[in-house]
Amino acid sequence: MSGPESAPPRLQMRGITKRYPGVIANNKIDLDVKAGEIHALLGENGAGKTTLMNVLFGLARPDEGEILLDGEPVQITDPADAIARGIGMVHQHFMLIPVLTVAENILLGAETMANSIFLDRREARRRIIELGKRFGFEIDPDARVENLSVGWQQRVEILKALYRQASILVLDEPTAVLTPQETVEVFAVLRRLAAEGHSIIFISHKLYEVLEIADRITVIRRGEVVGTRLPSETNEDDLAELMVGREVQLAVERGTSNPSEPVLTVEDLRVRSDRGQEVVRGVSFAVRAGEILGIAGVAGNGQDELVEAITGLRRSIGGTVHLAGQNITAWSVRERREHGLGYVPGDRQKYGLVLGFTVSDNLVLTRYYNRPFARGIQRADAAIEEWARGKIKEFDIRTPSWAVPAGTLSGGNQQKVIVAREFTPDLKVLVLDQPTRGLDVGSIEFIHKQAIGTRDAGTGILLISAELDEILELCDRIAVMYRGEIVALVDGRPTANKEEIGLLMATGGRVPAEGPPTDTSGQVETAPDTSVRGGTS
Amino acid sequence: MISRPRSYAGWVLVPALSILLALLVASVLIIASGVIGRQRELDLLLPLVAYRSLLVGAFGNLRGIANTIVAATPLMLTGLAVGVGLKAGLFNIGATGQVLLGGFAAALVGTQVADAPLFIAVPVAMLGGILAGALAGFIPGFLKAFTGAHEVVTTIMLNALIQLIVSGLVNDIFRVPGFSFARTATVGNAALTGFGGTTIHLGAIFAFVCIPLSYWLLWRTTVGFEIRAVGANPTAALYAGMHPRRMMILTMSLCGAFAGLAGAIEILRLGYYPAVFGTSIGFDGITVALLGRADPVGILFSALLLGAMRAGAPLMQIEARVPVEIIDVIQGVILIFLAAEIVVRRIFRLRTTPEAGELQTITRTYGEKVVG
Amino acid sequence: MDALLDIPVLGFILQFLVYLVNVIVNGHIAPIILGLATPIALGALCGVLNERSGVVNIGIEGMMLFSAYIAFMIALLVHQAFPAEPSSVFGTTPALIMGVIAAIAAGVLISLLHAWLSISVRADQIISGTIINITALGLTSYLNRLIQPFDSAGTFESFRPPAALVNLPGIGWLFEMFTAVGPIAMSVIVFVVIVQILLFRSRWGLRTRAVGEHPKAADTVGINVIRLRYRNVLMGGVFAGLAGAYLTLEATGSFQNNMTAGRGFIALAAMIFGRWTPLGAFGGALLFMASQAIGVAIRLAPPASDLGAFLAGIQQTYPSMYNNFFTGLPYLLTIIVLAGVVGRSIPPAADGKPYEKESST
Repeated sequence: MSGPESAPPRLQMRGITKRYPGVIANNKIDLDVKAGEIHALLGENGAGKTTLMNVLFGLARPDEGEILLDGEPVQITDPADAIARGIGMVHQHFMLIPVLTVAENILLGAETMANSIFLDRREARRRIIELGKRFGFEIDPDARVENLSVGWQQRVEILKALYRQASILVLDEPTAVLTPQETVEVFAVLRRLAAEGHSIIFISHKLYEVLEIADRITVIRRGEVVGTRLPSETNEDDLAELMVGREVQLAVERGTSNPSEPVLTVEDLRVRSDRGQEVVRGVSFAVRAGEILGIAGVAGNGQDELVEAITGLRRSIGGTVHLAGQNITAWSVRERREHGLGYVPGDRQKYGLVLGFTVSDNLVLTRYYNRPFARGIQRADAAIEEWARGKIKEFDIRTPSWAVPAGTLSGGNQQKVIVAREFTPDLKVLVLDQPTRGLDVGSIEFIHKQAIGTRDAGTGILLISAELDEILELCDRIAVMYRGEIVALVDGRPTANKEEIGLLMATGGRVPAEGPPTDTSGQVETAPDTSVRGGTS
Repeated sequence: MISRPRSYAGWVLVPALSILLALLVASVLIIASGVIGRQRELDLLLPLVAYRSLLVGAFGNLRGIANTIVAATPLMLTGLAVGVGLKAGLFNIGATGQVLLGGFAAALVGTQVADAPLFIAVPVAMLGGILAGALAGFIPGFLKAFTGAHEVVTTIMLNALIQLIVSGLVNDIFRVPGFSFARTATVGNAALTGFGGTTIHLGAIFAFVCIPLSYWLLWRTTVGFEIRAVGANPTAALYAGMHPRRMMILTMSLCGAFAGLAGAIEILRLGYYPAVFGTSIGFDGITVALLGRADPVGILFSALLLGAMRAGAPLMQIEARVPVEIIDVIQGVILIFLAAEIVVRRIFRLRTTPEAGELQTITRTYGEKVVG
Repeated sequence: MDALLDIPVLGFILQFLVYLVNVIVNGHIAPIILGLATPIALGALCGVLNERSGVVNIGIEGMMLFSAYIAFMIALLVHQAFPAEPSSVFGTTPALIMGVIAAIAAGVLISLLHAWLSISVRADQIISGTIINITALGLTSYLNRLIQPFDSAGTFESFRPPAALVNLPGIGWLFEMFTAVGPIAMSVIVFVVIVQILLFRSRWGLRTRAVGEHPKAADTVGINVIRLRYRNVLMGGVFAGLAGAYLTLEATGSFQNNMTAGRGFIALAAMIFGRWTPLGAFGGALLFMASQAIGVAIRLAPPASDLGAFLAGIQQTYPSMYNNFFTGLPYLLTIIVLAGVVGRSIPPAADGKPYEKESST
């Protein structure tokens, strides 16, 4: 790229190939990042972005290819080695320890010592505060990480890398868990880092973000580099086509809904968390037959507890839940299910499946005790088998047979097993909790279509998702949940405004500390930005 | 083993090889026993002598075979007491205490029905043992379900407590005069006596019936499905509308009932309850269950194997002067090899993949409150 | 006061409390409590080191038992080969020293087996621990039967603190508690304090806590999770070994089959009671074993008044149950503590979960 007379790029990855049994995760990938550059790595889930970064960070050994830092070839053997060479990584799932303090998390592995045994906690604290100020935020080194918001946790992750004097910073899907407002703030931090000469690799599959933040964009598809673009020369459509390989329709056909009477009514519901805090504080809403109601909100605002109270996994401490006119507040999980409540859980391996059980046993997990699957307490294996064969065919579950353990299936097919079990015709209400998390595009499309089909058949659907895009795509109405309360209930697209909902998710509609409440994206962008700059002067 | 074994041949390979390796390791100890024991001589053939007398003692004649079956009878039951628990994700190492309480209750009931006809007295006394054992299992099950206290610690503590309580009761209240040691009155007609000149008794039938019964329960009924679902994934069981807490209590009580029956059989065979009643069948049950992969069929065979060792050991001690305690050592080493399945596979270059099983599911609930 | 003590039931309880305070302050049972608590506290330290780094250790019982046997036998062998007069300090002999060293080595050796099974082989950690308990019980019983020693290397002696110190009013019993004991018991408080400080102030402590909570996070900052866990489990073995040595070389001077009698499990309960901190676990150990010591105290100095008469009456009528009651109290307390504390005190998040580096994606 650069001429022979100029300095070599800060980082070059040349011809990186990484094979796993049956797949080539990376195929001859070239990537170079200059000092002071924000370089976006764009690609779908499973395109090979994370593998490439694991190679860079010493978590995976490449089969072919080489890595050069400032033009010098290097061998990166493990994370400690990568850190020592100035590479810092902010993982998609934060690598923070919730019960430890900010300072302890930052120190870990790069301890500032008073002597050969004990930590120098005072010096560490001083350096952390100083570092935070340099990049525009004031952080309390003694705060416990579990008490911080996701946005602040991400800043701790960034500080962790900077404390180790990282000059190359990799951020893997950093905005996936952030509200639009938090995203803007993090972007400001990234720009400041770049201005100081840090190289930043920004991994994402969100087109508009990449266009906004990156100096250069490299697109990966199926393990190969398919193009490098400057933001000024490209647009969302162009990038989408590069990323997916065909012209894509960015939204599914939702059609119009014909809602009728309410089938799920929640009134003034109050629920406590495991730690005894009231995390659902007087929530009320109604889902009507034939509509999809979405609950938007940053993870951890009481959605999990709300869903558990509706499905019967958790007792509520106040309020009522009605299912098709009947008060089910005190009912057991089984009673609710038998009266037409279906539920696709957010954590499919924890709640949805018994991975060691066969596919057929998982398909009858909620109705094994009824005819025709059982007579008395004796199981009817033939009927279970027949049912399983039918469902496997109907939902196109890719499995060698009904008799293999569900744990051997791919994530998408595991989710299909759950969908096949839960999406039954006689449902009155279907609760979908993060139904597409971690799935490939094909599976997402399949599940979205199923959801809309079920809605059109007259079921009321409650969709909970941390992905605002998914909510906007599917929902007829959207409720925003903030700190255990429903702070707004708006109509879905085309009425819904993404920025408005994002702001509600982040602040609950109250005046944010950083600046005035705003409606338009332009103003939202500037408000926190100024505050960041203000903090450093 | 959560789904049923695909082939029993591949499934028994690792346990069988573990036994083989354990016997090899024990050989070293047996040779050492020759050197440091009374004989004070190095005899490399001593293990062969010992294992030969072990075999002869266990299978050499009708009496040996009968002794093997009699020894295996309670082991099947304590094996089930541990194995069925493992299926529900519970590690019941309290079979010892459940055996003691079951035996004690059987002795008390037995003295009450001592004059009733045999076919009434024996089942009634056994029922007493079953219920008492179930109670001893219920307690840790309840504590686990509602407080999260892990059954491994509570059952061990209960083992000690039950021993103290029962021996105290026998010494202070139920002791009958006329004997040099503290014991309860005789159970009369409730006693289990041998058939046709052998030591084989009615209790064996009960134990042999329990094996297919628990197989049916675990694999052919909805209750068994729930037990296995709770064991494999308690949160998913809860989500599916099952009741993990209820199942834990039920399963632990069932385990206790098996162990209680084992205790009843041992005590009714003896005819009374002695204040100092030491028995290894509770702990042997752990070996039986793990060796049998917590499967009723596996438990049957490993109980017979361990029973044969127990039955043959006295002859081995007489002929080869190897203390019977070597059986305990062999058990431990078998278990180490079982746990280190990887090593066994490497030694014998096995290709088959290990099946995910109970050996990896117990610790999950350690220190956690149970859901549901 | 006397009128108060005459109230039925409540008066009894008051009398008992008065007696308790009196017997602890003036009855010279404080060192007995520390003695009884020593193997529990050392076992709990072993548990803290293990579980703080994410390894559940149910095998402390077996480690203690095996170490106790090795301590006894090695001390005996050295004693027979090189008989020596006990020194004036703690009655130390080369045999006893060698016994302690051997016990520690034995504890570390068995810990290595547990570490290997639970960290490298990734077997279920509770089953691994149980296997260690079964094997240790079998092996020591076998060897004990085989060799049947009739001799003994003796024991360490307790230190005799100056009478002036012990008789200090009000606090003398505290001095007595920590000084009128043998060397291993005396060392416990030192170990507890050292581990407590290191766990929360040192680099090792920070890394240990991190690995026990979120090993993957520790891995990504370059900490070798496997090595740290091995190191902690082996260090735990040192304490389990010391606990074993205490049983045969300081408390009794002989070895009996299964002489640990559940102490390894009581230690676990003390650890949970102390919320995985060394100081808390030590407090738990003292509390649990104080209940047993009270039985001793009542035997040594029966309470006066009608409480004494009441107890004497029970002892007369039900001698066996009376004795077993006090013996059983620590077991009962263990169950009660587990039932009451678990769920409210949260173990390290990765406790019991083997760590596997991700190899794919």
